[in-house]
Amino acid sequence: MNFDYSDDQKFLKTEARKFLDAACTPAVVRGVLDDPARSYDEPLWRRIAEQGWLGAAIPEQYNGLGLGRIELCAIAEELGRVCAPVPFASTVYFLAEALMLAGSDEQKAKLLPKIAAGELIGAFATSEGPGAYSEAGIQARVEGGKLTGVKVPVTDGDVADYAVVLAKEAGRSGLYLVDLSGAGVTRETLKTLDPTRGVAKLTFAGAAAERLGPAGEGAALAEAVMDRAAVLLAFEQLGGADRSLEMAKSYALERFAFGRQIGSYQAIKHKLADIYVKNELARSNAYYGAWALNAGAAELPVAASAARVAASEAFWFASKENIQTHGGMGFTWEVDAHLYYRRSRQLALVAGAPAVWKERLVSQLERRNAA
Amino acid sequence: MDFTDSPEEVAYRTKARAWLEANAPKHPSTASVIGEEGALDLDDMARAKAWQAKKAQGGYAQITWPKEWGGGGGTPIESVIFGQEEAKVGAGGGGYFQIGLGMCVPTVMAFADDATKQRFVGPALRGEEIWCQLFSEPGGGSDVAAASTRAIRDGDAKDADWVINGQKVWTSGAHYADFGIVIVRTNPEAPKHKGLTMFWIDMKSPGIEVKPIHQMSGGSNFNEVYFTDVRVPDSQRLGAIDDGWKVSLVTLMNERLAVGGGSGLDYSTIMKLARSLQTSTGSALSDQAFRQKLADWYVQSEGLKFTRFRTMTALSRGQTPGPESSIGKIIAAGQLQDLANAAVEMEDQFGIIDDPAMAPLAAAFQGGLLSAPGLRIAGGTDEILKNIIAERVLGLPGDIRVDKDVAFKDMPRGR
Ligand SMILES: Cc1cc2nc3c(=O)[nH]c(=O)nc-3n(C[C@H](O)[C@H](O)[C@H](O)COP(=O)(O)OP(=O)(O)OC[C@H]3O[C@@H](n4cnc5c(N)ncnc54)[C@H](O)[C@@H]3O)c2cc1C
Repeated sequence: MNFDYSDDQKFLKTEARKFLDAACTPAVVRGVLDDPARSYDEPLWRRIAEQGWLGAAIPEQYNGLGLGRIELCAIAEELGRVCAPVPFASTVYFLAEALMLAGSDEQKAKLLPKIAAGELIGAFATSEGPGAYSEAGIQARVEGGKLTGVKVPVTDGDVADYAVVLAKEAGRSGLYLVDLSGAGVTRETLKTLDPTRGVAKLTFAGAAAERLGPAGEGAALAEAVMDRAAVLLAFEQLGGADRSLEMAKSYALERFAFGRQIGSYQAIKHKLADIYVKNELARSNAYYGAWALNAGAAELPVAASAARVAASEAFWFASKENIQTHGGMGFTWEVDAHLYYRRSRQLALVAGAPAVWKERLVSQLERRNAA
Repeated sequence: MDFTDSPEEVAYRTKARAWLEANAPKHPSTASVIGEEGALDLDDMARAKAWQAKKAQGGYAQITWPKEWGGGGGTPIESVIFGQEEAKVGAGGGGYFQIGLGMCVPTVMAFADDATKQRFVGPALRGEEIWCQLFSEPGGGSDVAAASTRAIRDGDAKDADWVINGQKVWTSGAHYADFGIVIVRTNPEAPKHKGLTMFWIDMKSPGIEVKPIHQMSGGSNFNEVYFTDVRVPDSQRLGAIDDGWKVSLVTLMNERLAVGGGSGLDYSTIMKLARSLQTSTGSALSDQAFRQKLADWYVQSEGLKFTRFRTMTALSRGQTPGPESSIGKIIAAGQLQDLANAAVEMEDQFGIIDDPAMAPLAAAFQGGLLSAPGLRIAGGTDEILKNIIAERVLGLPGDIRVDKDVAFKDMPRGR
């Protein structure tokens, strides 16, 4: 047993941090935040592609680096720390993972090298309206290779080249690969809680759609993709939660009230201790998820659910209590605390809210217990 | 990150499992966690001692201690593996030895001379002698350094005896312990941290009186311990005179690792209960609110388990484990209280019944509900542990002290 990053992985993580501290400053994040016309930071995206990160887990055969998923987790943690305003998750955790999970040799050969090279942005589209989606409720339809329907919200849908869409064909669900530059696709950029990320409503009116994976297994495949994404997202959440704690801590040491550092008051000390405890538990659950993902273990659905539940809770708690620790300053646009508060919502919702994952976790435990 | 056993670990696990199958007691002691022994049961203690002796013989008692002291000379991970396998066979009994082997004897090993170590380490390891920790006093438990039990030197000779007078309280197992470590005031003129000294003590010494305290959980496992002119040779001193605070830190550091073991009640136990209870809409396990809480408990206890694995990984790489270990008891104790209460409420009106013959799972949840408050206090309260995390892990300032530079005798005191 070895329950930590290896030395090589630590090195990769340190290098990633150095790179991002310079390349993804708060000014870069705010460049996207403050400009409604921008969905992501293109120069940063190009530089990330140059680092090879987009293809970190893609096999060498498809021009990726062929590293493991744990390396990708290490990168995800660092991206989360800096609130990176790039379509990394949509492209790497969702599109690339969906292709590697269910794609035909042809589909993989066509798209994975482009992802690795940074020439292609992805998106993953399941939701059609308020409330958690269910297989039974999916309205999007495919007939004769043409997709009709509405998907909303789709993270990075406004800039993506390809989307993986959950839809029904002859009454059974499937995943479909759609070239968003083709005919019959309309995109509308949406106003969201986290303007540092792009989100769109996609309307399909007979758009060409190619099935990804077997017919009739769309909902199960979507869940399998989300299990993978959940682990990687958990590392982004963890990065954000740890950064929030650091911000709160340094403010608690600098700020004086009633003649002493606010960090000397127990109400603040215990609050930060509570954040620390939640973050550590989230880290431990995330490590287990990383192991299960990397090893392709049968425990992945349980491990991914636990990682996601713990990380979503930790980041929410850390980001809201970081604002509280900052007092009035915390409520300003100028202080970065709200970037993390916003991002904690984006990351907690993008692959389904915590309640959905808790239910998935318990139904897995039920099955395991009954067996 | 590799969660599976390495080949050496597989080999160790196989060996341990085989040994346990051949040797585990048929009728194990039920005392697996401190504070849960209930009324003192000499037969139970005898079973626990026999099992401890057997483990020592097999090299499975204190697996990480050096072989020269009778330990297993093994790695922290081996110790975890053995613990997992031992839990599976339900061998029990560790509760009597947790304080001694977890805190007192490591303190003796760090500060005593070789002859003393030779005398005590082996018998403690084999379960022949039980130790207790005499730190808390009526005047201070969180504030251990406020101890006022007094030791006065009998004469000016270099090796003159000490005479102890005063009272300790909440001393777990004092009523059956053979030895203890006691922290006493040797210099009331100095500020409180600077006038303390540590001794090991024979609990049968003349002048020691142990009075069990009736706990809210019904049992009587902790005690008042009165010292009246108890004579202690200077050779029983651990560390320098007036330097006992430093010695106590070694004990307390070990305490965080020793206290906080599982209560045996977790998400899977309450899941079993929920499955067995029918409500108007199906089994209680189908209740959405309950399922959401269940997920939280699972995530917490798995998180703790994996946090322990991270600590082990750090140890096995020769790093000092991070203070991750201090979060264990905060989470475990709070969760026990929440989970036990959720179970009791799930039983609805019946939940009030605390009779093992009637209540589901032999009233284990009712038992947990009544022991959980003690777990949140023993070995550092929730509040003190949060202070430790805030100060030692996060580097936040210590609390404002009004007692730091005041002579102990002039310190303000309440009730
Ligand atoms: C089951 C059990 C077994 C025990 N076994 C032993 C044993 O074997 N040996 C031994 O020596 N002791 C033992 N204890 C004693 C235990 O260590 C103390 O009870 C504990 O440290 C609290 O001390 P206290 O009881 O004096 O409470 P106090 O210290 O008076 O605390 C009262 C309340 O004030 C809070 N408080 C105190 N100081 C602070 C602070 N600085 N900041 C914020 N809040 C604060 C506490 O958190 C608590 O809520 C045991 C206790 C229990 C319950």
